[in-house]
Amino acid sequence: MGKLIRFLPLILVIALGVVLYRGLSLNPQDMPSALVGKTMPAFELQTLNNSDKMVTQADLLGDIVLINVWATWCPTCKYEHPYLVDVAKDDQVKLYGLNYKDERVAAQQWLQQYEDPYVFSIFDDEGTLGLNLGVYGAPETFVIDHHGIIRKRFAGAIDTRVWRREFEPLIAQLIEEKKQGK
Amino acid sequence: MRLISILILTLVFVFSTNQASASPVDTYEFQDEVTKIRFQALSKELRCPKCQNQNLADSNSPIAADLRRELYELLQQGKADIEIVNFMVDRYGEFVLYRPRVSQLTYVLWFGPAVLILFGIIIVIVIVRRKPVPKEALVLTKAQQDKLNSLIKDK
Repeated sequence: MGKLIRFLPLILVIALGVVLYRGLSLNPQDMPSALVGKTMPAFELQTLNNSDKMVTQADLLGDIVLINVWATWCPTCKYEHPYLVDVAKDDQVKLYGLNYKDERVAAQQWLQQYEDPYVFSIFDDEGTLGLNLGVYGAPETFVIDHHGIIRKRFAGAIDTRVWRREFEPLIAQLIEEKKQGK
Repeated sequence: MRLISILILTLVFVFSTNQASASPVDTYEFQDEVTKIRFQALSKELRCPKCQNQNLADSNSPIAADLRRELYELLQQGKADIEIVNFMVDRYGEFVLYRPRVSQLTYVLWFGPAVLILFGIIIVIVIVRRKPVPKEALVLTKAQQDKLNSLIKDK
């Protein structure tokens, strides 16, 4: 007993070291979304390209959906854009844009200039849908299943590595679920 | 003389940085004093999701401004504090609360310090109450006494 007590400080210091060392590799920006597992919030907004056309959450239902939050004021969105163009070629998922707190003309120009990967972009200049989705920056990408349930939120840029690690397994799982008619 | 100039420089520096980090000013108008106080209290309790070490009142980021506006509008609608907090938590998670609610996730946070203090008190009590070594044990045995005598004699 006496000997064990002598080693107690050493054991405590090692335990503390392990805890702090783990903390070094954690990303404080990586937070679970409060919305994972909930249904897509209701909205009724114009599309970016057509101010007469209103879209709602019902327009997204039925497919495995990616919603990409983007804006022309966001440099990281430019970085991930070519990867999104690639993602859009995959016909098992549908990619929609959420143009977040942006200007319509600038955003339309951006899509003309860099190619438009989205089925359509929701025009959310006031950030109301963004607020309901818990968006706090751009880019962010949400994965929504065929029942309209939010399955994942990813904050940050998508590239090949991120896509393989974060999205591919989940999308494969969702395709499987859809096939089984769940 | 030199000391004085250093002191003045320091003061100027402190003063200027204070100005640089001034909080954002919104021009919200409240119909009564209570709502204003509630607004100020809530914007201090809620954390800015983007700049994680600032509350809504301190942060200059666009999302913090949006959330202050939302907070203002919810107050105008006559929502209770708890409803507003739930609104924010539903969208941004427990994370937005500077004072997280007691749940399985936050037990360590809430009760950890108390447990550690209790642990410390127990250790102190154990050490203080430990029985001192009895006097008899301090008396030298016959053999030890002989050895001591012989050592002293050698000198």
